[in-house]
Amino acid sequence: MKLNRRSFVGAVAATTLAAPMVRAAGHGKPRVVVVGGGAGGATAARYIAKDSDGAIDVTLIEPTRTYYTCFFSNLYIGGFKSVSDIGHTYGTLASEYGINVVHDWAVGVDRDAKTVTLAGGATIGYDKLILSPGIDFIDGSVAGWDISAQNAMPHAYKAGSQSELLKAQLMAMPEGGTYMMVAPPNPYRCPPGPYERVSMVAHYLKNNNPTAKIIVADPKAKFSKQGLFEEGWNNHYAGMIDWIGEEFGGGNVEVDPGAMTVSIDGEVTKADVCNVIPAMKAGRIAEIAGVTDGNWAPVNAVDMSTKADPDVYVLGDASQQGDMPKSGFSANSQAKVCANAVRGALTGSRVFPAKFANTCWSLIETNDGVKVGATYEATDEKIAKVDGFISATGESAEVRKATYEESEGWYTGITSDMFG
Amino acid sequence: MRRVCSSLSAVVLGLCLSAASAHATETGDVAKGEALFNDCKGCHMVGEGAKNRVGPHLNMLFGRKAASLEGFRYSKSLARAGANGLEWHADTLSQYIENPRSFASGTRMSYRGMKDEADRVNLLAYLRTFSDDPSNIPEADPTATGTDHTVDPEILALEGDVEYGEYLSSECTTCHQTSGGDDGIPSIVFWPEEDFVTAMHAYKDKVRPNPVMQMIAGRLNNEEIAALAAYFKDLEE
Repeated sequence: MKLNRRSFVGAVAATTLAAPMVRAAGHGKPRVVVVGGGAGGATAARYIAKDSDGAIDVTLIEPTRTYYTCFFSNLYIGGFKSVSDIGHTYGTLASEYGINVVHDWAVGVDRDAKTVTLAGGATIGYDKLILSPGIDFIDGSVAGWDISAQNAMPHAYKAGSQSELLKAQLMAMPEGGTYMMVAPPNPYRCPPGPYERVSMVAHYLKNNNPTAKIIVADPKAKFSKQGLFEEGWNNHYAGMIDWIGEEFGGGNVEVDPGAMTVSIDGEVTKADVCNVIPAMKAGRIAEIAGVTDGNWAPVNAVDMSTKADPDVYVLGDASQQGDMPKSGFSANSQAKVCANAVRGALTGSRVFPAKFANTCWSLIETNDGVKVGATYEATDEKIAKVDGFISATGESAEVRKATYEESEGWYTGITSDMFG
Repeated sequence: MRRVCSSLSAVVLGLCLSAASAHATETGDVAKGEALFNDCKGCHMVGEGAKNRVGPHLNMLFGRKAASLEGFRYSKSLARAGANGLEWHADTLSQYIENPRSFASGTRMSYRGMKDEADRVNLLAYLRTFSDDPSNIPEADPTATGTDHTVDPEILALEGDVEYGEYLSSECTTCHQTSGGDDGIPSIVFWPEEDFVTAMHAYKDKVRPNPVMQMIAGRLNNEEIAALAAYFKDLEE
């Protein structure tokens, strides 16, 4: 059968009229519930609402009224952005797109009854459930640290009050003091994130406390964009940063939040600020829903549906999908593929091939931006990397400045794409 | 995809199936590759605790500069190739394994070569599992080959299709604002179709610089570029 556009659209219209495609079991409009209003969830909710033109009832459950993006929160710590620059609200999603935004915690999922329970007691039914809960921390993954220590030793790896706390501690450091970071093991949110943070902390100290030191204890042997970061640290912050990788015992760490000490491979150091970024796992609601296997939720690459339940989808950091890094860009990209598939399943709209992309920009020093990016496709097994690029060492100042400006443009773009 | 299709009409089913059949293929069969590695085991180790033996260990091989492992004595021939910038990736490794002596005449690797391309692809898929994982190190080597959707006849027929363009545009709007804002990243709305198509092909052919756009345009076929041009030409927001 040969199709041109006209006959194709005509055929779809005809079949749609003959058999209205609504997979809403025993009630009116099909219902999509999205849990988590970040790069994955907000994008998925917005695209489903926007493209279905009212044919799907979309509820977005997000506990916070103002969402602070984790991406660019390092730039806040470095002084390049204010906290309000990275804060976003859900008003437009509710008023312009008709999304039912509920500010509450999702605390239960009944996959047989197809309902989500909220902390406030309400129960919401769904035909398709999209979970985009981000990450939680694994208590005990750094000896001596658990979530109750987050005020003494902040992670600042969920943006907002933790970012403000870390910045306040940085600003209060004594002259010539020591900033320590315990970097996370793989896999974790935002592979270059800890190292961009080191750069931003160094930027602040260079200008305000130039004799201070930064020590990074890292359980990994290497990290993303390592050559670019090391080049930048050497150019801009020579002698300030000491990175202790796996080879030198960077994984053998114990902290004492009361005494503010860090032991690295048996050597104890007093820290003025200690930024502990623990090992991570999927946000708790994914585990409660029973769609995780180990720390993460395995998903099918074509549409982000979970291996455990075809009507439950997991996006972004919480998913285990293959080759994509855990990043806001990735979650946003996955959300659009998922939204297209969910809409197709519920209304019979056209489902196009899954294509994914990611780019991570990092700022090393004022106007010294670098980036790494790749494109991905769905295979039977996973989302697989098919192409990519990375900034080169030794690039000109003009190129690095343009890269940073590009990242600012991207920030405006992705946040409009998420929040409308 | 199969599940999504099950509830759709026959026409849409056709499109779904073509989309499903056009999945990227992972680069080779790891299990078959592991069996083929038996031929290499006499000299090479790979995996946890692997050390240099007669041949260098093969952990973190993908992306490694040739002849760069400390403590291994390479042939002059490979050392020279490394100094000249040779890096090991799927393509260079495949050429080397196919006929080691033709690739580097003085190599000490006394192996006749693996003539069958499928075997080489499988062997390399197995070895790839011992190098960096792109989910942790995004710049690590790819694990699959991209799909060319020019082979999908239904999509091919949808020339300048605004609806397909709208779906594809969601990849653009991660960075480019639909409102036409242009701080740091240029606006792409309301462009004449011809200008849009010309620019995208210039990125695809790597005539215009910017690695992000070269990568994004590089995997769009003519019809997809036309669909995007048709969509962005009179975008309403």
